[in-house]
Amino acid sequence: MRHVLSLLLENEAGALSRVSGLFSSRGYNIESLTVAPTEDASLSRMTVVTTGSDDVVEQITKQLNKLVDVVKVVDVSEAPHIERELLLAKVRAIGPAREEMKRMADIFRGRIVDVSETTYVIELTGTQDKLDSFLAAISSELILETTRSGVCGIGRGDRVLKV
Amino acid sequence: MVLTGAEIVVRCLQEEKVEYVFGYPGGAVLFLYDELFKQDAVRHVLVRHEQAAVHAADGYARTTDRVGVALVTSGPGATNAVTGIATAYMDSIPLVIISGQVPTAAIGLDAFQEVDTVGITRPCVKHNFLVKDVRDIAETIKKAFHIARTGRPGPVLVDIPKDVSAQRCEFAYPKSVSIRSYNPVLKGHSGQVRKAVQLLLEAKRPMIYTGGGVILSDAAAKLTRLARLLDFPVTNTLMGLGGFPASDRQFVGMLGMHGTYEANMAMHYCDVLLAVGARFDDRVIGNTAHFTQEPRRIVHVDIDPSSISKRVKVDVPIVGDVGEVLDEMIAVLEAERARPDAAALADWWRQVEQWRSRDSLGFRNSDEIIKPQFVVSKLWELMGDELIVTTDVGQHQMWAAQYCRFDQPRRWATSGGLGTMGFGLPAAMGAQFAHPDKPVACITGEGSIQMCIQELSTCKQYRLPLKVLSLNNRYLGMVRQWQEIFHGNRYSESYMDSLPDFAKLAEAYGHIGLQVTRPGDVEGALREAFARKNDLVFIDFQIDPTENVYPMIQGGKGLNEMILSSEDL
Repeated sequence: MRHVLSLLLENEAGALSRVSGLFSSRGYNIESLTVAPTEDASLSRMTVVTTGSDDVVEQITKQLNKLVDVVKVVDVSEAPHIERELLLAKVRAIGPAREEMKRMADIFRGRIVDVSETTYVIELTGTQDKLDSFLAAISSELILETTRSGVCGIGRGDRVLKV
Repeated sequence: MVLTGAEIVVRCLQEEKVEYVFGYPGGAVLFLYDELFKQDAVRHVLVRHEQAAVHAADGYARTTDRVGVALVTSGPGATNAVTGIATAYMDSIPLVIISGQVPTAAIGLDAFQEVDTVGITRPCVKHNFLVKDVRDIAETIKKAFHIARTGRPGPVLVDIPKDVSAQRCEFAYPKSVSIRSYNPVLKGHSGQVRKAVQLLLEAKRPMIYTGGGVILSDAAAKLTRLARLLDFPVTNTLMGLGGFPASDRQFVGMLGMHGTYEANMAMHYCDVLLAVGARFDDRVIGNTAHFTQEPRRIVHVDIDPSSISKRVKVDVPIVGDVGEVLDEMIAVLEAERARPDAAALADWWRQVEQWRSRDSLGFRNSDEIIKPQFVVSKLWELMGDELIVTTDVGQHQMWAAQYCRFDQPRRWATSGGLGTMGFGLPAAMGAQFAHPDKPVACITGEGSIQMCIQELSTCKQYRLPLKVLSLNNRYLGMVRQWQEIFHGNRYSESYMDSLPDFAKLAEAYGHIGLQVTRPGDVEGALREAFARKNDLVFIDFQIDPTENVYPMIQGGKGLNEMILSSEDL
């Protein structure tokens, strides 16, 4: 089962490596991991997408909570929630592909944020699935380079992750 | 008051009432050593290798309820300490390790004796810190001691760059410490405690299984009280020995791979299991799938939520300090005035006694050759009342665990989780510093002792009257035993050729060395060793090289599939 874990952790040197080290030393999967400071400068928020049985995910949550730098852990995928990921894709845009790429970006509600004579950079946000389908929908020879942010997740409604 | 970083470190140690720091100097900690030199409240013990510094601090902590402290320099000082740190981490021993680091400006430039100490130790510490500002030293050390001793204890490392130890700032030791992300739960959930007691009262075939958590929480008396109220059989893990009196009728011995037949059978066939401060380790329950085939309901008390339902799913988890939860259970039990089903319990005890009558620790003694079991039994017969025992790792460790019969906690220091050869001698040093008037024995083997034998020099310097009892079978015995059973008697690299004359070696270090080759001389040698109250005596017992540790559960087998002797193979 796929789970999206959101963590608040002390915004300190080494906190990220404590979390990533835990995953590697205990053999847990990381599908994606993303982290940045929050509006409270002393805290970072991390989203980890992992896969594992319920037992494994329970252990992951307990082990994360045990880390002294980890303030809170929630499994946002346990309840209604929103997931978003950012994709920047540099694609070849010459000849008929130039129009085709513009059209695909529009269909997926992406934006072209950089234009050269031969390339576009398309910015697209959405769920992992949506980004995957976009990449599947355009011809792979036209993809020059992609970078993805990893998933950010947040609970719907009045569920709040805060200290 | 304005002090240097180094002065602050020493003042912090004084504030924490640290008696001994076990350490080894070097470039990055010169300022710290200079400050240690100028005072005598905190005494420094100079070991001969940093691994031993940490093991000594560990032995000190295990045999007291205090935090052990070690001090090492940067680079190789820190890497040598890693084995000691990992040993303490696996057994949840509270330590504070202070390491020097190259100056802040040199970090990351591959400076002389630079290593990423915080990075290297991260997976084997409870927490660690790199102090980059002299103003953070006092608070960091306060936090380090707090984290090390509270919750599930463990080692905490504080890495201090040389320039930080030279800078100055105003010093005030914080009175209290609060860490928003670290608040261990102490009291058990009262609903869960009630549920647990109810389950215990319904049991027909109950069992109490306790581990190192009982020792670490200083809860042996509480455990004994609860166990007596219930009259259930009690088993201890290797780490938990001394948590319940071994001489008590209710004690069925250690369980696990080399545990007693009665402990393992009762563990396997019980219908309600109370697990206290233990973690269903692979050396304890063997094959998990096999263990869980037998239906039983489990109550698990542990301060570390991640220890609960890690290997074995439990029915009533209780997160909390073992001592507090046992108190709560006793209170509920006394208020209920209910007692377990006496008839069922009597039947169960009959069964347990039948298993016990197999006498799984019985051994055939010899007049010709020294049996290791005989040495440990004799040692216990002579000195058991007050002896503190440390061990190394291997066959001798299991014989020590089987034939020493601890009635009290904190008399036993062994590397259970990591299984670190070389632990015994330095741990015994730490124990002797903590208990200068008690006899301390290191039970070891000719393999293990050579992993930290240089500490005989430290023992001379500080006049530690340890008794080093080496069960010398000229083999890495546990390796040889497995090669005999599982690898067709191919003794690959397990024979110890070219051994030194240990008695002479001990004498070269300035101690007394004895070699004992005949069973008839064992008792006399032990008596002589312990009569020499001011001397370290090293006894090299030349034991039967073919002796194996029994009973035994082979890897992958279940608790009810024990081999009692070589005849069962």
